[in-house]
Amino acid sequence: MDIIRKITKANLCGRGGAAFPTAKKWKMVKEAKGEKKYVIANGSEGEPGVFKDTYIVEKYPEKLIKGVLLAMEAVGAQNAYLYLRADLYEKHKKNLREIIQEKILRQAQNDTIKITVFREDGKYLNGEETTLLNSIERKRSEPRYKPPYPTECGLWGCPTLVNNVETFYQVAQIADDNYKNQRFYSISGKVQNEGVFELEVDLTVDQVLKKTKNYPERAFFVQTGGGAHGFIYTKDECKNALLQGAGALVVHDYQEDPLEILKFWTEFFLLRNCGQCIPCREGFYRINQLLKQDEIDYELIKEILYVMADASYCGLGQFAPEGYLDFIKKILKR
Amino acid sequence: MPKINVQINGKRYTTEKEVSILKFCQEIGVEIPTLCFHPDIKFHANCKLCVVEIEGWPRLNPACAIKLQEGMKIQTDTDRVHRTRRMILQYVFGEHVTDCKDCLRSNNCKLRKYAKQYKVEKPIFKPRKKNRPLYTCGNTITFDTRKCIECRNCIDVCRKQGIGFINLERKGYRSTVKPHDEPKNDCIYCGQCINHCPVGAIHSRKEFDCVMDEIKNKDKIVVCQIAPSIRVSIGEEFGIPHGQIMTGQLVAGVKKLGFDKVFDVQTGADFTTIEEAKEFVDRLQNNKILPMFTTCCPAWYKYVEQKHPELIPNCTTARSPNMMNGAIIKEYYSKLINVPREKICVVAVMPCTAKKFEVERRELDIDGVPPVDYVITTRELAHMMRLSRIDLSKINEENFDSPIGESTGASAIYGASGGVMESALRTAYFLATGKELKDVNFKQVRGSLKGIKRATVEIEGTELRVAVVNGLGNTEEIIAEIKQDPEAYHYIEVMTCPGGCIAGGGQPLPVNDEIRKKRAEALYQIDTKKKIRVAHQNPEVKKVYQDFFDKSPGLAHRILHTHYEPRSKSEVEMYTCPIMKKFTKKNSNL
Ligand code: SF4
Ligand code: SF4
Ligand code: SF4
Ligand code: SF4
Ligand code: FES
Repeated sequence: MDIIRKITKANLCGRGGAAFPTAKKWKMVKEAKGEKKYVIANGSEGEPGVFKDTYIVEKYPEKLIKGVLLAMEAVGAQNAYLYLRADLYEKHKKNLREIIQEKILRQAQNDTIKITVFREDGKYLNGEETTLLNSIERKRSEPRYKPPYPTECGLWGCPTLVNNVETFYQVAQIADDNYKNQRFYSISGKVQNEGVFELEVDLTVDQVLKKTKNYPERAFFVQTGGGAHGFIYTKDECKNALLQGAGALVVHDYQEDPLEILKFWTEFFLLRNCGQCIPCREGFYRINQLLKQDEIDYELIKEILYVMADASYCGLGQFAPEGYLDFIKKILKR
Repeated sequence: MPKINVQINGKRYTTEKEVSILKFCQEIGVEIPTLCFHPDIKFHANCKLCVVEIEGWPRLNPACAIKLQEGMKIQTDTDRVHRTRRMILQYVFGEHVTDCKDCLRSNNCKLRKYAKQYKVEKPIFKPRKKNRPLYTCGNTITFDTRKCIECRNCIDVCRKQGIGFINLERKGYRSTVKPHDEPKNDCIYCGQCINHCPVGAIHSRKEFDCVMDEIKNKDKIVVCQIAPSIRVSIGEEFGIPHGQIMTGQLVAGVKKLGFDKVFDVQTGADFTTIEEAKEFVDRLQNNKILPMFTTCCPAWYKYVEQKHPELIPNCTTARSPNMMNGAIIKEYYSKLINVPREKICVVAVMPCTAKKFEVERRELDIDGVPPVDYVITTRELAHMMRLSRIDLSKINEENFDSPIGESTGASAIYGASGGVMESALRTAYFLATGKELKDVNFKQVRGSLKGIKRATVEIEGTELRVAVVNGLGNTEEIIAEIKQDPEAYHYIEVMTCPGGCIAGGGQPLPVNDEIRKKRAEALYQIDTKKKIRVAHQNPEVKKVYQDFFDKSPGLAHRILHTHYEPRSKSEVEMYTCPIMKKFTKKNSNL
């Protein structure tokens, strides 16, 4: 059975956060017209509470590269990039290059196939797929307007498949008939047992906490998404809330100063957004200012967040308000 | 073409055009506010003021970026849309220092209009950029980063001009648009960035206040000279439709400002045509260096000096009409009225910001006296008129003063891309053959939208290959062609601003292709209505040659020609307090 059909059967969705059906994306790139095509493994993982891609690059580099090679074959690409966060790159480039050498020699008959291990030159936002493309092209690290989507017009204008590191790992599992409908969860925050865990998909937050022996004794709330982005669930909501997206869980307790959490997020985004569009650039700037005041105007902050979510250019500005708005409503009760 | 059915604000429309929501709404008269969008360049979609609601789409979407699609249901004015637009405007006022006095946008400011329309007159955020610096390049173009909203239009047009002088530095809320530090990269002062900045954050050297002081000076004869393209554009500043010919009103308005005399640069253009055609015919008949480039455009010849000094021998030495006119006023007219030339102050009204750089070129001085003392833009002139409560829509026409007021059709078209070439060909034909053309129209070189126009013209059996470059961004293509084949062309016109001077960096705003076309058409109308349509038949010009130039050999060459030199990067000054830096004339006789 060809790999795309196998992936369809396994029902695999992207593990970067957006959960786009993997087989569909591969098909789009396969069918896109273009002399050259590219495959990119996105290992730019930058949310403070997501570290499962790091784990995979460390533990299962062969699987990752196998997945990439499968993708190249499936979509008809001669070139691929392993796009890695700078520290990951420095630590693993040698090892990865050796594996690539060996695999290509063994698997591919022709020597036209090339996988480049690429060092991320920016921060956080480079995980956004079009920013990543700009960064490989040595342009300013900021999102491109979509459409066109990378699947038809990506790197250097060619059809490009961008998938998360974990997605490629899971593809390799599928190819080896090892896929057990599992995913990697990153758990951090006020827990006993921080780390990466491989469990079934579509678990509730409660289940994940319990299975990993992390269920807190004290009252708590969690953020799913990755520690900057992502919805907030209170203890009660955790019973039914599914843990999806990038599979990350940051646990907070009520001992923490809630304002510090807001300030942490704001600083995080303020220093990482590209500044291209007004709703996000000015929005975070103003939130940062407003949070410094003695009397904090939460109504205005909410208004800023609504507009940011509704009108921003890329996912950063579009999704960042989710966590804030949840937090203001559920934790601050404003 | 398949039909597209859409609904806008509940009304059904069917169209065949594949256009953006914004463009379609503009066509059907539904107004959508925009800041970062300009039809000359690809959308940026970063201001988000133009957002609309599309049924079934989760978020608001920028109308400037999204194309109409079958079945779209669009709402342009809901509460949700207004809420976002209001916040965006608040943000803009929070990052744009509203220094409206003398702002070049003050007459048609979108920001203030929208503020009223969306009721955001009371700012809620403190201006965050008020301590940012200003940068002035070569004493001519100023980037006021206190006003910039980072829409990036200037970056794109400057790149389109083939320069890429403007750079975006840093990220997030710290990003700044500023001149490039790279030593090889220099501004040519074309002012296209000014025309595409939605919020007046870039401007050229302001000289109108100095001019107002000069007018008050009773010891001086203050003369105004007006470039060809002003008469077809200035009306717009007074609410008159695009493409109206306003010559008489313009002259009357200028006189009312208190100028002693008003002369026509079109007369100067006739001199330029004659001098240039003579040089061309000489190069052609005596096998001298060809192709010959026109140099009426100061931004273009600055580009040659800084980027292609090897082409200097190809540039005509004939001065621009502005400089010829100034020289004739100071050398010939001064003698005629018996006033020392130091007592005459020449103020030129130009469509162009690079002309402000041209007057600072000291090699154009004649015995240390600059031919032109001040250059003000069309916008500056209109601003002065408004300050003096002169309204060109309500004024009786007057005529240019003699002896520098008569002009031919050939000179009017100098303001449009292809015009200089056409005028020169009309006269070159006469000089080469001794005969007049039966049909003086060279339609192949006309048109404000095409980037490069190529044509072959026959003069008595010799086939001339000519090219007209419309927009500096297209020159490299032609330069590459002549590097490949030095005989590819005989004569090349280059105008830096797309469309020619009618869309120069000092012209009324907005400018777009439709407006370019209308202004150019008006110039061609002036041409066709003139009895004399060839420069060499201008009676005033003939008289000056007879009475003046022909009597002292070498004089014409001395005051009507110039030379060029390789040039390195001009200074970029950075400062924070704009009031401290009022422009003063350093090097003039005044
Ligand atoms: S939403 Fe934020 S990060 Fe995304 S383009 Fe706009 S400014 Fe940049
Ligand atoms: S663009 Fe100029 S006129 Fe308009 S608000 Fe800003 S400073 Fe004032
Ligand atoms: S004046 Fe012309 S060359 Fe200079 S920055 Fe503006 S667009 Fe670029
Ligand atoms: S200077 Fe004007 S055109 Fe350039 S980015 Fe700023 S606001 Fe936009
Ligand atoms: S005008 Fe459309 S986003 Fe600025």
